Amino acid sequence: MTPNPYFFILIFCAVALVFPTMPLALAWLWRRFFQPPKPGAEKNATYECGVESLGEAQVQFRSQYYLYCIIFLIFDVEAVFLVPFAVAFTGLPVGAFIAILVFLLLLIEGLIWAWSKGCLDWAR
Amino acid sequence: MSEIDEDLRSELQRQGVWVTSMQDLYNWGRRNSIWPLQFGLACCAIEMIATAASRYDIARFGGEVFRPSPRQADLMIVAGTVTKKMAPQIVRLYNQMPDPKYVISMGACAISGGPFKQGYNVLKGIDRYIPVDVYIPGCPPRPEALLHAFMELQRKIDSQKLTGDTKAEHLDPSQPSEFPVPAFGEHDLEPAANPDMFHPPKIERQS
Ligand code: SF4
Repeated sequence: MTPNPYFFILIFCAVALVFPTMPLALAWLWRRFFQPPKPGAEKNATYECGVESLGEAQVQFRSQYYLYCIIFLIFDVEAVFLVPFAVAFTGLPVGAFIAILVFLLLLIEGLIWAWSKGCLDWAR
Repeated sequence: MSEIDEDLRSELQRQGVWVTSMQDLYNWGRRNSIWPLQFGLACCAIEMIATAASRYDIARFGGEVFRPSPRQADLMIVAGTVTKKMAPQIVRLYNQMPDPKYVISMGACAISGGPFKQGYNVLKGIDRYIPVDVYIPGCPPRPEALLHAFMELQRKIDSQKLTGDTKAEHLDPSQPSEFPVPAFGEHDLEPAANPDMFHPPKIERQS
């Protein structure tokens, strides 16, 4: 007689249940009969660095940093264009040179705009 | 449950039957997996690190699992000079360790203040605030000495009773598991020592 194929899943479930509950049950029995629990204010404290915690856990952080991030990203990408420009500098025609200058001017204008908008002030 | 007749045990072992008691099994497990708390205070900590490294290899005794959290540690190795600034933190960490917990006081500094005993900011022995199980003299003690202290501690754990009047402290509900944390006073830590625990010998001077 072949057993029902789902029978193995039943065994699997039983083992999966017993495996984690047995240590917990043993620990409970051990506590019940041998080792009395000794909780205390310090043992139950949240932090374990040895220093007493100060103040509240629910403090607010400023979300301003993302502005710095965006500005940094833009000027970081600019560097990618500037490196090939610097390498090919001596062999460039005048039109290409003026094009890159315009590109730089646009970026500098953007920086001045961000500055005047106060994006570079840390704490507002 | 706790004691087996030694003759009976060896007789059974000769017949290929291995018997043990719950106490022996419990102590055997604890003795061979003492996890120390990972922190060092001064030069003695370097020797402790050497003990944990490959040449001296504390893993042979089951103590290589240095835990960064007091919740997972069984043993506190006070390795180095305890300043008065640091003492409250040490006591707090000791309090946060779960029972059973043990303390090894490593080196002259942790025992008594050592070379800095006259220093204004050095605690004159960690046993003023927490109970110490094994003291290792030396400045610094060699790694072998720390291993010896470790074996001494294993011997102590092995001899702890599970039941009866002389059972181990952590099994006794009347024994405290936390000790008062000293606070920074105007000139010194307050209290300067735990009066319930620290009983230095009286020195009698002959005039
Ligand atoms: S006992 Fe010696 S080696 Fe150890 S911490 Fe003190 S001064 Fe350093």
